[in-house]
Amino acid sequence: MSVFDAAKQAAQGLVQGVVQGAMEKLVPLAPDSWIPGGVPDPLIARKHGLIGKPVSRLDGVHKVSGTAAFAAEYRFDGMVYAALVYSTIPKGRIAAIDSAQAEAAPGVVLVMTHHNAPRLNPMPMFGSSPSAVGATDLPIMQDGVIHWNGQPVVCVLAETQEQADHAASLVHVTFDETPAVTSLAEAQANGVEQGQFMGAPLLDEVGDAEAAFAAAPHRVDQTYRTPRHNHNPIEPHAATLAWIGDRLVIHDASQMVTQQAQNMAQIFGLDPEQVHLTSPYVGGGFGSKGLWNHQVIGAAAAKLAGRPVRIALSREGVYRVVGGRAITQQRVAIGAKADGTFDALIHTGLSTMPPHGTMPEPFILGSQAMYGADTMLLKVEVGRMDTLANTFMRAPGEAVGTFALESAIDELADSLGIDPVELRIRNEPEKDPIKGTPFSSRHIVEAWRTGADRFGWADRPETPGSRRDGEWHVGMGCAMGTYPYYRMPGAEARITLTREGDTVRAKVEIAAAEMGMGTATTTAIVAAERLGLPLEQVDIAYGDSAIPGAIMAGGSQQTAAIGAAVIAAHNALVEELLKLAGNDSPLSGASADEVGSEAGGLARLDNPDAKETYVSILARAQRGDLSVTKAGSAPLETMHWSMHSYSALFCEVRVNAVTGEVRVSRFLGSFDCGRILNPKTALSQFRGGIIMGLGMALMEETQLDERNGRIANASMAEYHLPVHLDVPEIDVIWTDIPDPHAPMGAHGIGEIGITGVAAAVANAIYNATGKRIRDLPITLDKLL
Amino acid sequence: MSLFVNGAQVPAPTDPRVSLLDHLREGLHLTGTKKGCNQGACGACTVLVDGERILSCLALAVQFDGRQITTIEGLASEEGLHPLQAAFIEHDGFQCGYCTPGQICSAIGMAAEAQRGVPSHVTDDLGGTITLTREEIQERMSGNLCRCGAHNGIVEAIQAVLVEGVPA
Amino acid sequence: MNPFQYARADDAADALRRGAISGAAYLGGGTNLVDLMRETIARPDQLIDVTGLPATIAETDDGGLLIDAAVRNTALAEHPAVRMRYPVLSRAILAGASAQIRNMATVGGNLLQRTRCTYFYDAEGARCNKRTPGSGCDAREGFNRIHAVLGASDACVATHPSDMCVALAALDATVHVDGAEGQRTIPFADLHRLPGDQPDRDTVLRDGELITAIALPALPTGARSAYRKVRDRASYAFALVSVAAVLQLEGDRVVDVRIAFGGVAHKPWRATKAEAALRGQTITQQVVLDAAAAEFAEARPLRDNAFKPALVARTLAAVLTDLARGEAA
Repeated sequence: MSVFDAAKQAAQGLVQGVVQGAMEKLVPLAPDSWIPGGVPDPLIARKHGLIGKPVSRLDGVHKVSGTAAFAAEYRFDGMVYAALVYSTIPKGRIAAIDSAQAEAAPGVVLVMTHHNAPRLNPMPMFGSSPSAVGATDLPIMQDGVIHWNGQPVVCVLAETQEQADHAASLVHVTFDETPAVTSLAEAQANGVEQGQFMGAPLLDEVGDAEAAFAAAPHRVDQTYRTPRHNHNPIEPHAATLAWIGDRLVIHDASQMVTQQAQNMAQIFGLDPEQVHLTSPYVGGGFGSKGLWNHQVIGAAAAKLAGRPVRIALSREGVYRVVGGRAITQQRVAIGAKADGTFDALIHTGLSTMPPHGTMPEPFILGSQAMYGADTMLLKVEVGRMDTLANTFMRAPGEAVGTFALESAIDELADSLGIDPVELRIRNEPEKDPIKGTPFSSRHIVEAWRTGADRFGWADRPETPGSRRDGEWHVGMGCAMGTYPYYRMPGAEARITLTREGDTVRAKVEIAAAEMGMGTATTTAIVAAERLGLPLEQVDIAYGDSAIPGAIMAGGSQQTAAIGAAVIAAHNALVEELLKLAGNDSPLSGASADEVGSEAGGLARLDNPDAKETYVSILARAQRGDLSVTKAGSAPLETMHWSMHSYSALFCEVRVNAVTGEVRVSRFLGSFDCGRILNPKTALSQFRGGIIMGLGMALMEETQLDERNGRIANASMAEYHLPVHLDVPEIDVIWTDIPDPHAPMGAHGIGEIGITGVAAAVANAIYNATGKRIRDLPITLDKLL
Repeated sequence: MSLFVNGAQVPAPTDPRVSLLDHLREGLHLTGTKKGCNQGACGACTVLVDGERILSCLALAVQFDGRQITTIEGLASEEGLHPLQAAFIEHDGFQCGYCTPGQICSAIGMAAEAQRGVPSHVTDDLGGTITLTREEIQERMSGNLCRCGAHNGIVEAIQAVLVEGVPA
Repeated sequence: MNPFQYARADDAADALRRGAISGAAYLGGGTNLVDLMRETIARPDQLIDVTGLPATIAETDDGGLLIDAAVRNTALAEHPAVRMRYPVLSRAILAGASAQIRNMATVGGNLLQRTRCTYFYDAEGARCNKRTPGSGCDAREGFNRIHAVLGASDACVATHPSDMCVALAALDATVHVDGAEGQRTIPFADLHRLPGDQPDRDTVLRDGELITAIALPALPTGARSAYRKVRDRASYAFALVSVAAVLQLEGDRVVDVRIAFGGVAHKPWRATKAEAALRGQTITQQVVLDAAAAEFAEARPLRDNAFKPALVARTLAAVLTDLARGEAA
């Protein structure tokens, strides 16, 4: 296979990890110029444009006015409302469904069960094809078999939501229960297996780490535990949908718009073009706004009833139907020399997933590239439990894995008497510790130094438990965070220039999702810069399956995926413009790479006075508009370089000596994430991740009742998220050093924020109290 | 029986089960008021009733005969956005935007409470006057959850408009 | 939510007449009842809105206050007389829920709010003797961090979630009720029940009875009061434990002390043993911890809540020490 064949194949795969094995032997040998991204994006060099200037989000006025329409806010004529009934057992079969009362209740249009549901194809399970995004491929209301406690078993449609909810409460379902595995201990006793993630085993070995650890003069060897988590976007999952002829129209809340449309088509035996899915606004996702049972049930019920349907999950319903982050139990063992450098780094442990799942929480991902060590052993094993399928939740793997690793490093620093910032710097790797590839852009030491200086790290109490302010113990801690740079193939961009009198507008269409990350705004900024147009003349369209290409708001890769597609489309646009310009243009004879976009037109790079505006080119060619669509290049850059984002995190906590209550009083995140495109929305992304990390550190836990596999706290009153009073003013700084191998020099920043935060808090609590808590969340009872 | 929403007289629902929230969203098609938990645990459904902030999900619409209800749709005027709406944009007091209408309505209600002298959990002196410090704002806004983590921007927007009186 | 008929009561007599029908329920702020109806845990077929009844806070002849049941929580917390003379009550209310909920919730409704036990709330999937008598209790062997350590029964280990009620218990309030059998007053400590074998009954109220007012007696001159709540996040969370205390000193000796705990029992827990142990003593950390130990001598912790007795004891020590120093308000 040639590199080009491999690149083509990569472009056809959804997930670069799948093809990585085939590619990594070939690509590192290739010269830089072969590699897409190997020639730095010219935008990186442009310092005085829109990039890096704070821009308010373009959809802001709709969001503050209440005019932004979310999934459950669309309407169809004749629409009915859905309510679900859920299984109350973890495993078995439906014995009987008594729905007579419900069917007779006022307003009821349909009671759908596995007896009358339309026959459906299985949900395409993640990893089974490039576009598959289902968390499982279990039948949905097809056979009466129960796989988890909370599985939807009946759907009621009625004229109003009140009628549907009431009728659902009248349905009586009985079950034949069979033995289920609902406790971690049982799952372990049944035997664990090697975890697989993105088609590869979660196992990395460099040398004989156990032997090196045993021989090391200084050792830390501890077990850390993290509970289940739920994403808890404030918008509950919902879809408003209708069958119009043989087409299915879905207004969904989706962070994988095109893929979900394709998957729904597959489930209902339709051509992809027959499903139109829109999702212009998503009220928070964090990994959860994907394809779950409810959209399928809603569409099936709509088909059966011949009526449009609104299926809006109750908050409890979200916990029952939409999976969260799995539990982990992690061992971190570090063997070090007296100077603190690592002889051995071992990070192993256990996560869980259901028999029908595909997602072991990959908590070693961060450890793959954070530190150099002579030997390493990283391994995730998985036990099977009969639960709802767990899924991706903000920084899957890194969020919880960094809690363990970065707590252990703090423990080692403490036992060695070395400052924990210094210890980390001493273990900086020179190249990727596992793959051996060079780092594309790694400036974490600079982030540590500037962060420590700004935070006042030198003022940290040297002795744990030594600083007191009235009733409060005060302490400081730090931790490192990391998240890889990804770029998934499949992204396309369509750029359309439209002449409006003596001006021009550009429309950029991308099949992306916007959940508040600021994607639409940064895309507009980048497109405006590339096109040489003011921001006001650029429109962005997204969140619609009719737009070509497939982009996913996941893996913090959307910005890069869009960026590469826009580069490709822009290049194609320039070529088309030059063709239209013809011989009468000052640009005559120039090739696409000899011109640049400036001030509403094109100019020769070697002679900027040789230029022509878009308006002029289009007018002379008697064209009203010009449209090109192009896919981004294959994402080969991550095979050539080790590409990651990094953070140095500093936390000050106050722990009440009487009650054990913890208050985070100060927090600083010092980030190294390439070039920051829009400081205003980037700041919110970093802070948002950090705040979710504070919740994870101190209060968040999905309580799975191990007796029956049912989530006990399926409510926002009992699952605690941080409130305003829990959140200090969070200081954020960044290196702003462009990654020369990434489009725009930028990295996605949606997930890096949460990584490392729980450890920074735990380490600060140790510094404040002398108590080391290795079991999240750190609730006050653990500190009494 | 009727209620007044953003100044307009509208009918109450015939089914007394309909919450004020669902009446706004489904009956009147005013979907700016958001449903986050439908159980009084998130604050996304906050509206103002006769100027006082409440949770519309726990309120039955039939209870509000003759009352003046203000939702996010009723805040802007012909001159443009309410200063707090503009400040939320300027200070990036949101990401996904779903909790935003509730946060904004809640902040307006909070300002009236503070002006009236209502103390809070973090007020040191129950007999004193109220100053909307950062901590006071945080406590008083704690009934409005935000999962995106826009808390800092929200507090800054509120400070800018309600404390410093600076229109954005 | 089951279908029901809604009526707005013109006055107490109207409310009582309507409320005498079986299946009727009184609706205050709705902050708990509407939620319970949505979960089909409460299934009234007549809902009588009593928020239009008088809502005044009046001075009484003996120097106390008479608070109408329809007074909103915010109105009570912000009332100057409450802030000045009963800070424990203002503080307790302000520590509860959120501003929006306090604006809605009535005093009478607050007294009748039901437990936050997650198994009580899971109407479809969990066993609960409080919700469905005789079905069993999933909390006893399940997640029970927020559950009772005192006064629980085999049938029920739930706690009462109110903050305000803990203060009212410490203030020796009296509850005025009206019903088919006429008006009566109930000492606050007797309003809520321990679960025993009837955990479905939270209070001693009879069918159709309506809480009309709460009477607060005057506090002794020089008495100081305080409320402290301990919870899993800084705000907008139910108490893990809470302490309400009223302290009267003569010199540095305790003349009288009234203490109530939240989050430890099926009702606001009046700590009479601790009170007895403290009378005549000088407040020190150890004296208070010993008094608390006396109160918790019969505590029966569950899997997840063994930390509560010590946490309450430490919190009580801090509250009383501050009050003795004159620091808390």
